[in-house]
Amino acid sequence: MYRIVTKRVLNPTVMLMEVEAPLVAKKAEAGQFIILRVDEDGERIPLTVAGYDREKGTVRIIFQIVGATTKLLSMKEEGDFICDFVGPLGKPTHTDGLHKVAVVGGGVGCAIALPVAEKLHSLGCEVHSIVGFRNRDLVILEDEFRRASDKLIIMTDDGSYGEKGVVTAPLKALIESGEKYDQVIAIGPLIMMKFVVATTRPFGIPTVVSMNPIMIDGTGMCGGCRLTVGGKTRFACVDGPDFDGFEVDFDEALSRGTMYRDFERHAYEETCNLFRKEETSRG
Amino acid sequence: MAKPNMSLKKNPMPTQDPAVRAHNFSEVATGYSEAAAVDEALRCLDCKNMPCVQGCPVNIHIPEFIRHIKEMDFEGAYQVIARSSSLPAVCGRVCPQETQCEAHCVRGIKGEPVGIGRLERFVADWHNEHAAGQMVRPQPNGHRVAVVGSGPSGLTCAGDLARRGYEVTVYEALHLAGGVLVYGIPEFRLPKEIVRKEVETLKALGVEIVTNVVIGKTLTVDELFEAGFEAVFIGSGAGLPNFMGIPGESLKGVYSANEFLTRSNLMKAYRSEAETPIQHARRVAVVGGGNVAMDAARTALRLGAEKVYIVYRRSLEELPARKEEVEHAMEEGIEFRLLNNPTRILGYQNPDDPRDPKNGTVIGMECVRMELGEPDASGRRRPIEIPDSTFRLDVDAVIISIGTSPNPLIKSTTSGLEVNRRGGIIVEESTGATSRAGVYAGGDAVTGAATVILAMGAGKTAAAAIDRALSGTGES
Ligand SMILES: Cc1cc2nc3c(=O)[nH]c(=O)nc-3n(C[C@H](O)[C@H](O)[C@H](O)COP(=O)(O)OP(=O)(O)OC[C@H]3O[C@@H](n4cnc5c(N)ncnc54)[C@H](O)[C@@H]3O)c2cc1C
Ligand SMILES: Cc1cc2nc3c(=O)[nH]c(=O)nc-3n(C[C@H](O)[C@H](O)[C@H](O)COP(=O)(O)OP(=O)(O)OC[C@H]3O[C@@H](n4cnc5c(N)ncnc54)[C@H](O)[C@@H]3O)c2cc1C
Ligand code: SF4
Ligand code: SF4
Ligand code: FES
Repeated sequence: MYRIVTKRVLNPTVMLMEVEAPLVAKKAEAGQFIILRVDEDGERIPLTVAGYDREKGTVRIIFQIVGATTKLLSMKEEGDFICDFVGPLGKPTHTDGLHKVAVVGGGVGCAIALPVAEKLHSLGCEVHSIVGFRNRDLVILEDEFRRASDKLIIMTDDGSYGEKGVVTAPLKALIESGEKYDQVIAIGPLIMMKFVVATTRPFGIPTVVSMNPIMIDGTGMCGGCRLTVGGKTRFACVDGPDFDGFEVDFDEALSRGTMYRDFERHAYEETCNLFRKEETSRG
Repeated sequence: MAKPNMSLKKNPMPTQDPAVRAHNFSEVATGYSEAAAVDEALRCLDCKNMPCVQGCPVNIHIPEFIRHIKEMDFEGAYQVIARSSSLPAVCGRVCPQETQCEAHCVRGIKGEPVGIGRLERFVADWHNEHAAGQMVRPQPNGHRVAVVGSGPSGLTCAGDLARRGYEVTVYEALHLAGGVLVYGIPEFRLPKEIVRKEVETLKALGVEIVTNVVIGKTLTVDELFEAGFEAVFIGSGAGLPNFMGIPGESLKGVYSANEFLTRSNLMKAYRSEAETPIQHARRVAVVGGGNVAMDAARTALRLGAEKVYIVYRRSLEELPARKEEVEHAMEEGIEFRLLNNPTRILGYQNPDDPRDPKNGTVIGMECVRMELGEPDASGRRRPIEIPDSTFRLDVDAVIISIGTSPNPLIKSTTSGLEVNRRGGIIVEESTGATSRAGVYAGGDAVTGAATVILAMGAGKTAAAAIDRALSGTGES
């Protein structure tokens, strides 16, 4: 059992938790993830390590409530326990030898991008962060990004905060204005990463994307997380989650990602109904 | 003693009616009664040279345990088996007896061999029901050993060492112990309760089982030694599923057998209250002919499929699955498409709506017919494609079950651990010792996908070798 030490609401659907998991905390690096089960009979879901405290033995996760399991997790309080918490899984993001990097984050993907930006920053790399959200209410981790970046651009779809538009616009502008990035790291919805790659490809700037296909075991056993990268079948849990964006077959990944959509909607509604019932019975 | 039973046939195994069991996950074979067990035992001629024993990878003293059954001393029979095997309730159910112990039985020369596996299962179940729980915790000998993986090889190694007084910790990557016994082999063939009991027995012996730890990630083999373990046994199994490399393998509705079975078994997706989704496909093609393929096919059927095909490129004779499972699958109505080889999986594409969520889902599989040519290196006749024989199966799910290769996770994080061309850890056969001092390995991680009993045997061999190395005796 793993104790929730801290819980913080970042925006109406995004939450931060620190979980006591000393072995994971000791090893975790930016770019890796954990798999958790909230309780017995629960689903195994992957979440990125959004930070760690090696001394306190805690691991930070930041997650968006999108379905049944994340909803259930969001209902846990400080001091509560979750059933399983395994990691760190996957390969750490490659950060060595980089001098100037653009980190592009979208939505909750910013939670995954932050530790990468922090790591690069601490290594003395110049970090330009471009983070995008749907609107002002959904903006998360602004202060943290500001501390980890030499330049920070915030975008919202509706212009309610920062600049109006999508993240690829300022990225393109920066590149065209002569910023020489060794690498672009894009983390967010598949469709965003697909467009970031389309933006950087003409300039030939190496672009790393963080893939998040459906996973079960996270150790290379089930093959459920497979992607086509450079024409080859790769397993995101052991070969990734970071891949060369120019090589990833995004259309295939987008299609596979919808596999359980109906089931998930159903499970989510069930969980919400249960929750509502509990609320009313408690008065 | 009673006269031998000279019937040419085994006592039949009582099973659930195929029409009923095709829709439930309860165990298919329900087990011998005491009377049937004694009657079957009486078919054994108690041969002096015991040919059957050579057929058993762990050399269970078969005529001896059967003798106890004849005398209705079922606990005595159990004690005989327990000297050689730590998982009799499992092996009695899943061993491919027809190629092992029973293949050598003299009664098989004319008629059917003695039902050794069925008797073994009977004895183990009898013991679990009547006599379990009287575990004596051995005197600790002060040595500590770590075991990686809680499949049959790891559990056996841990059990044997614990009985000799070692302090053993088993590290398991998943949230539940048992390896393939819990995530692969389905409930209807091996009730999970049996595995759970075996694990409980180990805990009662003092074995500590730590789940949610991936060796190579959470902890490395080096760190295990630093933490004071004097030897490490690696029983991490055959992880990575192979794919065919044909077009369409990434469509929605294409699974590896590992994924499909893990969703159903480990994550309990077959129960409606589970959170993990699984596709309830109507028409399913399972590619492959091993035990894993049979399990996937029969699981798909139980999840409600109307039609399930086994697509295998050789003939019935070469089918590697246990005979009993093939028969059960046929009785349940699974259709065997033998000498058929898939060439392409076909997906739906709505010409008018590129955002149709049905786009990219499986609608069929293209296959060619094969014929058997000359024997190849493995001694099996090589299948050759018949020209212009392409045809199509209409299915909405494809489960690929063409084998696995060992997981490279531990190898890539452990220096000095040598593996062969296929990724299997290289060991000295008589001890399980790897190229790295103090590290032993066994089971599928060494051999590639094999059997429960071989994995168990490897766990035993390594336990004995570890004991010799650490306490310098080798006595058990
Ligand atoms: C390596 C990796 C790192 C991730 N890191 C984060 C993170 O830091 N923060 C965060 O909010 N989300 C992260 N995700 C996504 C997160 O795992 C899913 O949001 C979560 O599984 C949804 O579970 P649910 O039951 O609440 O929703 P569901 O109802 O199951 O699904 C809602 C959505 O999540 C996707 N999804 C469902 N199950 C899985 C699964 N097992 N693996 C991946 N995606 C799934 C579905 O395709 C669907 O789009 C990560 C995913 C991966 C693979
Ligand atoms: C569906 C199916 C049906 C089968 N049917 C039969 C049958 O009828 N008869 C038969 O004899 N055999 C059968 N087999 C084969 C048999 O189950 C295997 O040969 C046997 O389980 C191998 O045992 P093992 O101990 O080597 O590994 P496994 O049972 O594979 O166990 C390995 C364990 O190690 C864990 N692990 C892996 N990597 C790590 C790590 N880095 N750190 C920590 N833990 C790790 C895994 O999670 C797993 O729990 C079947 C296999 C399958 C998949
Ligand atoms: S363990 Fe397997 S091979 Fe050995 S006697 Fe039992 S059923 Fe036969
Ligand atoms: S070979 Fe058959 S008949 Fe002979 S001892 Fe073994 S089981 Fe009994
Ligand atoms: S999650 Fe199962 S192989 Fe990657």
